[in-house]
Amino acid sequence: MMRPKATYVRPGTLTEAVDLLQDLDDRCKLLAGGTDVATELRSGAIRGRCLVDLSALPELKGIHEAEEELVIGSGVTLSEIASSAGVARGAPALAKAAAVFGSRQIRNMATIGGNICRASPAGDTLPPLYVQDAELELTSSSKTRRVSIRDFIQGPGRIDLKAGEILKCIRLKKAADFTMHRFDKIGNRKALAVSIVNLAGLVALSPDGIIQRIRLAWGSVAPTVVRSSRVEAFLTGKPLRMETLDQAYPLVQDAISPIDDARASAAYRRRVAVGLLFRLTTQQESPDSIMDIA
Amino acid sequence: MEPCRQVPVAFTINGRAVSLEVAADETALHVIRDRLLLKGTKEGCGIGECGACTIVVDGKAVNACLMLAAQLQGRNIMTVEGLIEKHELSVLQKAFLEDHAVQCGFCTPGMLMSSCALLKDKPRPDKGDIVDAISGNLCRCTGYQQVVGAIQDAARRLFGEKA
Ligand SMILES: Cc1cc2nc3c(=O)[nH]c(=O)nc-3n(C[C@H](O)[C@H](O)[C@H](O)COP(=O)(O)OP(=O)(O)OC[C@H]3O[C@@H](n4cnc5c(N)ncnc54)[C@H](O)[C@@H]3O)c2cc1C
Ligand code: FES
Ligand code: FES
Repeated sequence: MMRPKATYVRPGTLTEAVDLLQDLDDRCKLLAGGTDVATELRSGAIRGRCLVDLSALPELKGIHEAEEELVIGSGVTLSEIASSAGVARGAPALAKAAAVFGSRQIRNMATIGGNICRASPAGDTLPPLYVQDAELELTSSSKTRRVSIRDFIQGPGRIDLKAGEILKCIRLKKAADFTMHRFDKIGNRKALAVSIVNLAGLVALSPDGIIQRIRLAWGSVAPTVVRSSRVEAFLTGKPLRMETLDQAYPLVQDAISPIDDARASAAYRRRVAVGLLFRLTTQQESPDSIMDIA
Repeated sequence: MEPCRQVPVAFTINGRAVSLEVAADETALHVIRDRLLLKGTKEGCGIGECGACTIVVDGKAVNACLMLAAQLQGRNIMTVEGLIEKHELSVLQKAFLEDHAVQCGFCTPGMLMSSCALLKDKPRPDKGDIVDAISGNLCRCTGYQQVVGAIQDAARRLFGEKA
């Protein structure tokens, strides 16, 4: 039997794209930057599909900054995020994650929408989006809906994307009322490394060092990104010191459920998850980091 | 446009306009090496990790192994063959040679394209900029110091001392 051959189509507008998706059956495969899709094509994980290239859609481009909100098109590249003044102001942890993502070449191609829809437990843009309670806007030919990132990502590679839908943009409330914006990633090396554990943290500190508000999101320690209201509640009102963070140790261990894989053991991930939390006590991040843009 | 197996594409490569039909799932790297016979661009890993296939598309360094050929449509592409100026090696290429930044040479075309994109974007890069620009290019021979040095030299020769 002949294998079905792949086909390709590049719609020019969002309307054209969603109309096309309505007509195509589930054999279509969306692609934006193509960095994940290209490796899947090469390995044979996808074949004979209709490749729908979203890279020409103007509606998916651009970063718009309003007074309280940041709207990032799903087709915005990691390079664009890393160099955007709007993202540096409204979502500094995301800017930091983008700056250490893959390599220069990967950042020039890969999009934030692709990173979200790939739904890798190690996806580097995800923890920064979770701490800012990102909302995703999805469009199909019949309707547009909004869903929180926590509801959208259901498991490794599993997302709540209905047939015919495209992720249009990401909406973030600016994190202006936090004094610390952190993103830390541990990988096998600095460049081109999949995160073994990553952590995004937003902290509002009082002048005398008391945690007034804190949001933490760990990646690569569970099937999806972990935010723990118990850890956050425990730390609120306490001084940002090693002893306090150490007391949160059992709560963090409860919240995460890492696995052994080719990159690291579950036991190592458990230790690193807390190690990254301890880093919050170092006021300065490593020199190549972005922080305290306020 | 309807979904098709053979996709017509037209683009510019090293200043030359080309148009051809490519398969839907063919990579840009395949078209460059095996259809246009520009063998300077190398295939190492094929999955975005070694940088041997780096080309410059509309001024930006990308991995040709991860790009679909169909996505070349309307783009301005530069490969290592396009660096040559009036039958002479460019300043950047000469700096690589003189500073011993080339040993086996397999990574060199990719290194050159990453640094060429950097120098266009930032004529006076500091060391951190250079290291970042080539962090997606693996070299098994040189140990990178000579490559960083060559890029610094080329920047100096082309644009003068760092401001
Ligand atoms: C060498 C290398 C290094 C990498 N380094 C990192 C890293 O450091 N950190 C990290 O997190 N990831 C990394 N990745 C993974 C990958 O680059 C990212 O997941 C990237 O963000 C994917 O974006 P893309 O635009 O290339 O996605 P694509 O490959 O185009 O698509 C990815 C998935 O999302 C779907 N999709 C894309 N856009 C949409 C949309 N608008 N609506 C609905 N579905 C959509 C596609 O169907 C596909 O399933 C790396 C990959 C490679 C090859
Ligand atoms: S061949 Fe493209 S990055 Fe290795
Ligand atoms: S010179 Fe041999 S890989 Fe770089």
